[in-house]
Amino acid sequence: MKKWNLIIDVARCNNCNNCFLANKDEHVDNDFPGYAAPQPRHGHRWIDILRRERGRAPMVDVAYLPTTCNHCEDAPCVKASADGAVYKRPDGIVIIDPQKAAGRKDIVASCPYGVIWWNEERKVAQKWIFDAHLLDQGWKEPRCAQVCPTGAIRSLNAEDSDMEQIAKKEALEVLHPEYSTKPRVYYKNLYRFTKCFIGGSVAIDRNAIVDCLQGANVMLTKDSGTVAEQRTDCYGDFKFDKLDRDSGAYTIEISHPCQGKKAIEVRLGESQYVGTVYLGGQGVY
Amino acid sequence: MNKLKFAVLLFAVAQAIRFAAWKYASFREHLKKQNCVVQVKIKDDSQGRIFQFTKGRVSSRRGIHQSPDASVVFKDAATAVSFMGLPVNHAARIHAAKNFLVAVEGPDELVSWFMQLLNMILTAGTEFGTRMPDGTTRYTTMTNGGPLFVYVNDGKIVRTSVIEYDEKDAPSWTISARGRRFTPWRKATVAPHALALRSLVHSDQRLLHPMKRVDFDPNGSRNCRNRGISGYERISWDEALDIVAGEILRMKRQHGPGAIAIYHSSHHQWGNIGYWTSALLRFGNAIGYTKVHLNPDSWEGWYWGAMHHYGNSMRLGRAGSYGTLGDCLQECEMIVFWSSDPESHCGIYSGQDGAQRRLWAKELGIKMVHINPYYCPTASLLGGKWFPVRPGTDAALAIAIMYVWITEELYDKDYVATRTTGFEEWRDYVLGASDGVAKTPEWQETETGIPAKDVRALAREWGTRKTYLSAGVAGTAHGGACRAATGAQWARSMILLMAMRGWGKPGINFGNLQAGTPVDLSFYFPGYAEGGISGELQGTASSVNNYVRMPHLLTMNPVQQMIPRQRLPEAILEGRCEGYPTDSISIEGQFRRFVYPAPGFSKVHMLYRYGGSSFGTIADSSRFADMYRSDELEFVLNQSVWFEGEAKFADIILPACTQLERWDIGEWSNAGGYAHHMFSQVNHRVIAIQHKCIEPLGESKSDYQIFWDIAKRLGLGTYYSEGMTEFDWCRRVFESSDLPKHISWKEFLKKGYYVVPAEGEKTREPVYMRWFVEDRLKDVPEPHPVPGGYSGKFRRGLQTQSGKIEFIPESLKRFDPESPDRPPLNRYIPSWEGPGAAELYRKYPLQLITPHARYSFHTMADAKDSVVNDVADHRILAGGHYYWIVRINPDDARVRGIAMHDVVKVYNDRAAVLCAADLTEAVAPGVLHSYESCATYEPVGGPRDAVDRGGCMNLLTPSRKLVAKSDGMAAMSCLVQVEKWNQAAEAA
Repeated sequence: MKKWNLIIDVARCNNCNNCFLANKDEHVDNDFPGYAAPQPRHGHRWIDILRRERGRAPMVDVAYLPTTCNHCEDAPCVKASADGAVYKRPDGIVIIDPQKAAGRKDIVASCPYGVIWWNEERKVAQKWIFDAHLLDQGWKEPRCAQVCPTGAIRSLNAEDSDMEQIAKKEALEVLHPEYSTKPRVYYKNLYRFTKCFIGGSVAIDRNAIVDCLQGANVMLTKDSGTVAEQRTDCYGDFKFDKLDRDSGAYTIEISHPCQGKKAIEVRLGESQYVGTVYLGGQGVY
Repeated sequence: MNKLKFAVLLFAVAQAIRFAAWKYASFREHLKKQNCVVQVKIKDDSQGRIFQFTKGRVSSRRGIHQSPDASVVFKDAATAVSFMGLPVNHAARIHAAKNFLVAVEGPDELVSWFMQLLNMILTAGTEFGTRMPDGTTRYTTMTNGGPLFVYVNDGKIVRTSVIEYDEKDAPSWTISARGRRFTPWRKATVAPHALALRSLVHSDQRLLHPMKRVDFDPNGSRNCRNRGISGYERISWDEALDIVAGEILRMKRQHGPGAIAIYHSSHHQWGNIGYWTSALLRFGNAIGYTKVHLNPDSWEGWYWGAMHHYGNSMRLGRAGSYGTLGDCLQECEMIVFWSSDPESHCGIYSGQDGAQRRLWAKELGIKMVHINPYYCPTASLLGGKWFPVRPGTDAALAIAIMYVWITEELYDKDYVATRTTGFEEWRDYVLGASDGVAKTPEWQETETGIPAKDVRALAREWGTRKTYLSAGVAGTAHGGACRAATGAQWARSMILLMAMRGWGKPGINFGNLQAGTPVDLSFYFPGYAEGGISGELQGTASSVNNYVRMPHLLTMNPVQQMIPRQRLPEAILEGRCEGYPTDSISIEGQFRRFVYPAPGFSKVHMLYRYGGSSFGTIADSSRFADMYRSDELEFVLNQSVWFEGEAKFADIILPACTQLERWDIGEWSNAGGYAHHMFSQVNHRVIAIQHKCIEPLGESKSDYQIFWDIAKRLGLGTYYSEGMTEFDWCRRVFESSDLPKHISWKEFLKKGYYVVPAEGEKTREPVYMRWFVEDRLKDVPEPHPVPGGYSGKFRRGLQTQSGKIEFIPESLKRFDPESPDRPPLNRYIPSWEGPGAAELYRKYPLQLITPHARYSFHTMADAKDSVVNDVADHRILAGGHYYWIVRINPDDARVRGIAMHDVVKVYNDRAAVLCAADLTEAVAPGVLHSYESCATYEPVGGPRDAVDRGGCMNLLTPSRKLVAKSDGMAAMSCLVQVEKWNQAAEAA
């Protein structure tokens, strides 16, 4: 049996919110019996876009992470509802039955991802239903994928074994794998949201004329092992990405065949732009 | 022979009315509305037929009635036959009407009814929309943010969704570049605000009934000073229309021509009929009005500055984009985005089709650079080097780049020598030979905050790589930096940069892949600037195309008086002002100063306001609160969909409906006129019927219907409408286009849209300016300069006096050689509201920039209970109120004790605005970023109160012009301070 999956490429999300607004358009003031009661006009975020900023001017990275119901294979919300108020369809879509789940605020708390919303007016737990009501009518994809202008969101109706292959091939990840719920929402380039970088710029001072130093060798080491190595670009910039947050002490060793070398120590908490490093003994600014 | 034909036609009309009444309920409804006798006859009474309508039944007989209620009188039978024959010959009808070969007599209401009845014989029972399996009907519409399907069930809008092209729609184009083939997705991407439309229709701020300010008495005390304070009471349409028509006539009689001003905003909901350029101009001309003249507020620096160096007045100083998509993908090595955020601003109307194309460029490894005080969404999507330039200092950075090019010989010497003039004088300035100051990267560093080393590195990259310059949203124009005190300097320096790099050579052009798609440019469909049904031949591009393709009654405004929009408050309060026009015909058109009041005309005493966006969109907009409460304005009318902004300052409010409640027709991103071929921003040209999806809510009416109803009270009903409903006009627009060659009206109404086939691979347009590089005849389909605008032979050279790019423009030398704020030599002049304004800067040390909003289209889609309010980066809910957002660097916030999402007061001497603070590294230190165009004005203590919590950032911006002898606004130059809002302390 094929099941529905969602693949979100963090590097392609431009935060336009079309997915968020299409979901509002679909559910606010609309009742889809058996699928979902109307969404309140304001307050709910069945698709919620989170922002992460890394670095500081002039080396900044801003990434956006659309989050929503993961339609977990081992969904805690389904387990919490032995009475069938929340159930998983054969196509993998998890549905909170709007009638059976009436009054069941506990369903909200059952989700470790926090993507289930409580509708205070209707006393019902609600979340993104993968547009199951539309797929059942023959729609080819959920609205969030249809309205996405950058291809950041795509849906895939696939056998689990095929999906596994694709996840491997495209290096897809899920949010919080440690929850062990087997989410069906996968992410590409998740490092933009979860990892850190160390960046900086290298310059030289020739007779009071400061210039960017292109082609300097920059080596990032940790515990005397080399983590990565790169050359500065035309602006003298270097940037080591995909490092773990709070991963401790690093050394940046900068060298250039004609301009000498310099090493600086960095303790990585959040992403860091270390500023301009001057070869020739002027220190870090 | 004609007499016989006429007799047969008359008889057939009677039969057709009976048949239509038998078959269609809608026809029966209309038929029942009047009991009357209508005579159709030849003027000499030699032939005629009498139609008697009684309780929905019609009888007719030959003959001449002595006292019909209404009559249609033809000069002769030949005219009658050409007028009444099928298919309808509109040109013949218009000719007959204009030359008094036909006359209609009787009350306007009755005549309109009868003419509609005749039209309905052909249109009643027309089916439209597509039935869907779930019982809904799928309609189409076109918005400012792209086309949509609209699903309706039982009179209720269920959803709006993007259009995915089906297998019957024309195939997409393909561009080959660097061994890859690029084809766009088969769907119409939309801007976010398009998806809010449903919530805007069902907004709690909809105006559903005509309203009167409670203390406004047109025959007694008007209490003008209470505008914006007093409440409203519901009145009937009859009462409202009587007051409006009465005031229009009173103005003319009591004050004379010019006393009525019509003031519309820049934009309207999409379409060729309901747009302000169409129905409103037709009405305005019919009554005679003082025009509130629009400045090119998204162009400013390009129009008032850049144009002088190279021309392009037809595009208001903006460059074209033909062939640049292919050229950029194939040749370009680097794109410099300078004050350019196409991901946020969708090229105004074109949805997000450009995003996919820019991602192609990223995949191809084209380098990106972003020069902007804000690390904008385009930067975060595409990546690349960020230059967080200090606002308003961009021109200094540009000049320093040119300094490096000159000193390191990195500019295109051959191009400069053969395709430009005045370079030596410019070079001497840049090098400091003429003023003693070398414009080195070090020189600019103190101004811009950008390290000299980075400028040198950028200049060297740019000087050695084929580079596209994206200066503004669409490649040129629509950029924040052009709307600043230094906006003209900046836009001018963008042209000079390109002149030094060989603009038009392979891989070297303006653009960012936002435009220049290989769509078929010659397929004709009118854009809104072509004036729709206006009949206005001077103020629109109607005469260029559509007037000859859709003959309709021309209209002329007898009042030659204008007020520049930015100076409207001064015009009312001080009784005088001056302005400079937005004129697309020549470079010099903008120099033609005009004054208010115009000689011999009345001052304005009645304002017909259409919408209400000024508080959010016009600089130093508190001025409008003062203006509205002036006794000089004896009558203020507001025709609006929502109760917001200036609608709350009117005496009478007329409730207009949204686009989903009326008929219209339009093409995606086709503005026409000043924005010629703008639809090359979208991947597929899509033309849609804009179905009337539901009935108007409450008592609201379409703008067209409101104008028609007022016109009827002035005896202008037939002249205004030609007896046509909006649906009838849609068909006339359809027939004026190339659509009928490809799709029937019936099929178009059913399916709802048509995709124009792409241009053939071998007939695509050449690259913009390539002809100029190679000194050939101009070969791109740009009908300008107008033939007389060339200084050389026709199609030879640019619009400038020399026909070349002029480093020192001759037009500025002729007009005002000693201008202190727009000198012919584009020297760097620090902003008068920036770090250079030392005393002010000490008091207000933060530079506030306010580019166009991202999630709402100007004021449309903001506030009024729109779902857009919930977008996390649009407004923030704090203490039960949705606050507008101001973005601040975390360091600037920390020293002021401001935390994430705190409510803060942004203020200067002009006003204070409450916002929610968004602490973000994407804003450079010393800069505040917010958007203009908030829809609500909510002064905490009533009008003109110093504190607004709606979010109108333009209350804070200066009204000073960017160039004294212009009408350009400089709202991006604004100094403020910000502090945490403490309501209790404020009250004490």
